[in-house]
Amino acid sequence: MALTREQIENIAHLARLQLQPAELAVYQQSLSSIFDFVGELNKADVTSVAPMAHPLPGQSQRLRADVVTETDRHEINQQNAPQVAAGLYLVPKVIE
Amino acid sequence: MKTHTLSLTQLAKGLRAKEYSSVELVRGFLDRIDAHQPTLNAMVTILREPALVAAQAADKDLAAGRGGPLTGLPIVHKDLFCTEGVLTTCGSHMLDNFVSPYDATVVAKLKSAGAITVAKANMDEFAMGSSNETSYFGPVRNPWNTDLVPGGSSGGSAVTVAARLAPAATATDTGGSIRQPAALCGVTGIKPTYGRVSRYGMIAFASSLDQGGVITTSAADAALLMREMSGFDPNDSTSVDIPVPDYVAELDAPLAGLKIGLLKEFFDTGLDAENEKRIRDALAVYERLGAKIQEVSLPNLPLSVPAYYVVAPAECSSNLARFDGVRFGHRAKDPRDLMDLYKRSRGEGFGAEVKRRIMTGTYVLSAGYYDAYYLKAQKVRQLIADDFKRAFGTVDVLMGPTTPTAAFPLGDKTSDPITMYLNDIYTIGANLAGLPAMSIPCGFVGGLPVGLQIVGPHFSEGKLLNAAHAFQRETDWHSRVPEPFK
Amino acid sequence: MTEQGMSETGWETVIGLEIHAQLATKSKIFSGSATAYGAPPNAQANLVDLGYPGVLPVLNGQAVRMAVKFGLSIGAKISRHSVFARKNYFYPDLPKGYQISQYELPIVARGSIEIVLDDGAKKVVGVTRAHLEEDAGKSLHEGLPGVSGIDLNRAGTPLVEIVSEPDMRSAKEAVAYMKKVHTLVRYLEICDGNMQEGSFRCDANVSVRKKGAEKYGTRAEIKNLNSFRFVEKAINYEVARQIDLLESGGKVAQETRLYDPDKGETRSMRSKEEANDYRYFPDPDLLPVELDDEFVETIRATLPELPDQKAMRFSSQYGLSEYDAGVLTASRELADYYEAVAREVPKEPKLAANWVMGELAAALNKDGIEVQSGKLPAERLAGLLKRIEDQTISGKIAKEVFEAMWATGATADAIIEEKGLKQITDTSAIEKAIDEVMAKNPGQLADFRAGKDKLFGFFVGQVMKATGGKANPAQLNELLKKKLPG
Repeated sequence: MALTREQIENIAHLARLQLQPAELAVYQQSLSSIFDFVGELNKADVTSVAPMAHPLPGQSQRLRADVVTETDRHEINQQNAPQVAAGLYLVPKVIE
Repeated sequence: MKTHTLSLTQLAKGLRAKEYSSVELVRGFLDRIDAHQPTLNAMVTILREPALVAAQAADKDLAAGRGGPLTGLPIVHKDLFCTEGVLTTCGSHMLDNFVSPYDATVVAKLKSAGAITVAKANMDEFAMGSSNETSYFGPVRNPWNTDLVPGGSSGGSAVTVAARLAPAATATDTGGSIRQPAALCGVTGIKPTYGRVSRYGMIAFASSLDQGGVITTSAADAALLMREMSGFDPNDSTSVDIPVPDYVAELDAPLAGLKIGLLKEFFDTGLDAENEKRIRDALAVYERLGAKIQEVSLPNLPLSVPAYYVVAPAECSSNLARFDGVRFGHRAKDPRDLMDLYKRSRGEGFGAEVKRRIMTGTYVLSAGYYDAYYLKAQKVRQLIADDFKRAFGTVDVLMGPTTPTAAFPLGDKTSDPITMYLNDIYTIGANLAGLPAMSIPCGFVGGLPVGLQIVGPHFSEGKLLNAAHAFQRETDWHSRVPEPFK
Repeated sequence: MTEQGMSETGWETVIGLEIHAQLATKSKIFSGSATAYGAPPNAQANLVDLGYPGVLPVLNGQAVRMAVKFGLSIGAKISRHSVFARKNYFYPDLPKGYQISQYELPIVARGSIEIVLDDGAKKVVGVTRAHLEEDAGKSLHEGLPGVSGIDLNRAGTPLVEIVSEPDMRSAKEAVAYMKKVHTLVRYLEICDGNMQEGSFRCDANVSVRKKGAEKYGTRAEIKNLNSFRFVEKAINYEVARQIDLLESGGKVAQETRLYDPDKGETRSMRSKEEANDYRYFPDPDLLPVELDDEFVETIRATLPELPDQKAMRFSSQYGLSEYDAGVLTASRELADYYEAVAREVPKEPKLAANWVMGELAAALNKDGIEVQSGKLPAERLAGLLKRIEDQTISGKIAKEVFEAMWATGATADAIIEEKGLKQITDTSAIEKAIDEVMAKNPGQLADFRAGKDKLFGFFVGQVMKATGGKANPAQLNELLKKKLPG
């Protein structure tokens, strides 16, 4: 299924991926061939089939007790932070 | 003493019998890792000092008669598992500076059983790949022929064991990433039932498909490690609360009467003729052991690759959204604004295959396409799972080839993603249905290993390991080591 | 333009509210971090809240119980099978790049809430659904030149999002609905309703259409209104804006807007301008929430007497007007307080009501505290009312006593004693005072006897003054009537 350049640009934007113009063409081609390939799924008769939510049937979500188990470890957690000040993660100014 | 060719089980005995110390053992493996890193590139991070310190402590424990089943034994972790205080990169530029503040549950469990982490294994970036050619840290090479790929995404883990750089390595499997490299490298690999092993700390690629497992030189070793790393984890909602059997104790149960199903679809075109001969020879061994073989069909199985390449990218596009340059990982320099921060950090941090899958996933979930792709793929997935369930009504396990061919040259399939994706054609079904599956070496074609795949119903790991062990008692494929690494 | 004016011009307002109430659990919805307000930045954000690689969510059972409690209180169907879904978008206060919410299968399905308008009319507002989700963090902009600071303490706090049908037709109806929901969640003790701290937030969807039109007009969403006053003003502004726009030939854009309380206007939100494609899909890290009848019924048994029921009971049990009953049951604490007082003066329920709604409410308001602060315990107020009941003091003196009680915390009896405020009921004492006043004011006496009836009040005032306000008013009236005419 052929995707247009505009579609690739939209997808890249939604996914917050910056692509160079040369890359755009490459992805346009490979994504188009992926969707050709994936089109095989249309061969399946899926009427009256429920989508698989989880690989193991009959499982349900366990409920956790409402207990505080965590302590303040922000210094350790922020060791990997690229930009931190006064305990806050910094990003370019967000205007609302 | 060639301790590097001994199995984990043998090494554990040797340590207890004081034939060697943990320090000697660990140092020996570290030297091998260092020696072969330039040619094989199996590791991202090597932990010489910490491992030797741990080995010294292990020797004290062993001397005092303390310790667990894995005390003093070296292990390598795929660089997808978070290791506290240690670089955890997922083979990606995005995380090439990420020091994890916590241990994955798998890592913690093996550590408390006494295992010593000697290195973090190289891998396809974010577990996406079947040849270990997408790693930011360069490709990993197959020890049987270094011009060839080792398979992926757990290429580093498979090579570690194949070249005897460590007796075992953890690995992960989302579409075949344990079994396929194990097959191409001539070693034993097991992917457990979905939910058997905790995913907490195992950096997510596709949440409903990922499972952590091991690569070893034998089923017996795999049984030992599986026993230690499996089990319910309250930190993982998809972790199953079912007791872990003693897989080691179940290894020697008699095989006779085992009903083996041969998947008609597995033997269709695409399978190399020589590879097929090796598989049939292996099946003959099973017949000699008293197993009964019959043909079964999973008619929807051919749709497993297209279904996978909708579901896995969809989940990964969401799982990888957290990599945005804000709290950890690669951050673009001097971002103009927030949008620039996101787009450049992610554009620079991720490699091509990862970006391709993120975009595929974003598309299949997007407005107007959800029903046609994602929903449909999840329905096909249910059909495939139903096929397997039906088959297991008549047979105990399914067997067949793990891969269509033996290892292929680096660079061979990188230009067309579909060709690469088809490497997973035999393995993906088990991930979609959450079933346990193994690959064990069963012969050679042109000097390159061939893997036999064994798939079982949910929570039949014991049966798989037992069947694999029976084969490995009759044959010695699993003991073969490539010449330069003997 | 007044609301009256709007209906005259032939336009109809259509309003739906989405209320986000933070659930009063101790820990977060998917992690064991504390939810307490006011911690230093990121002190209450653990690895799960931060969306670190490899972490997984585990559901807080108390959040589920609270959501069910809410659903039962509005007569809604509780979904026995509900699913968490990922809402995917990029924003700095959303660490994972997705919010875990519920989409197609929310935990609470359709219910309704009855509201009472200013004129006493009743209206039923439909509730489309209520679902569980996690709150995002906070962006701070003050004092940070060129950057924004992200605090993720709030990320992961459980929210119940309550979505109303577009049933409201005026800002006043919207406020009445919002107040009712606010009262309800506090009654149920599932939310503290603290709007300044952000525990209770409201988004208003506002549109207009010509009266009689079948289709709804395009709606604008006004986000994050955190006071009843703002909701009313914002809606009124927005309605006027839309009508002006339409009447001058323009079109209303479907967009998100913010209310600026300083300027008193709504404006378009620049950063969230583009319509987001949220790519919802079921979260593979969480299993479906399956609730059985026992679970639901156990919670139903814990439901308190709800505001409407309590108000009805107050009307019949205490003979209070619908309005008074409504005021007294606006909060559970106030209602409990009232009943504690009324229990002490069972013959004077209306007296108790007047004092609780009057003097007490005013004093609480002035000090900016709630009745549950315990400043004036119910028995102490009852003690004061008993002295009015037994005529120890008049209503007027009681106000003075109340002020002293409020200031010093002393009992009514202690203050009456200390200040000698006992009412004078001794007939001869009052007569004596009257005689003295009559003697001191011969002119006014003569005028009164000549027919100036109005001077009666003058004598009342003078005798009161002479007795320090303590003469029993009823007796004083009787005696003056007897003595003045002469």
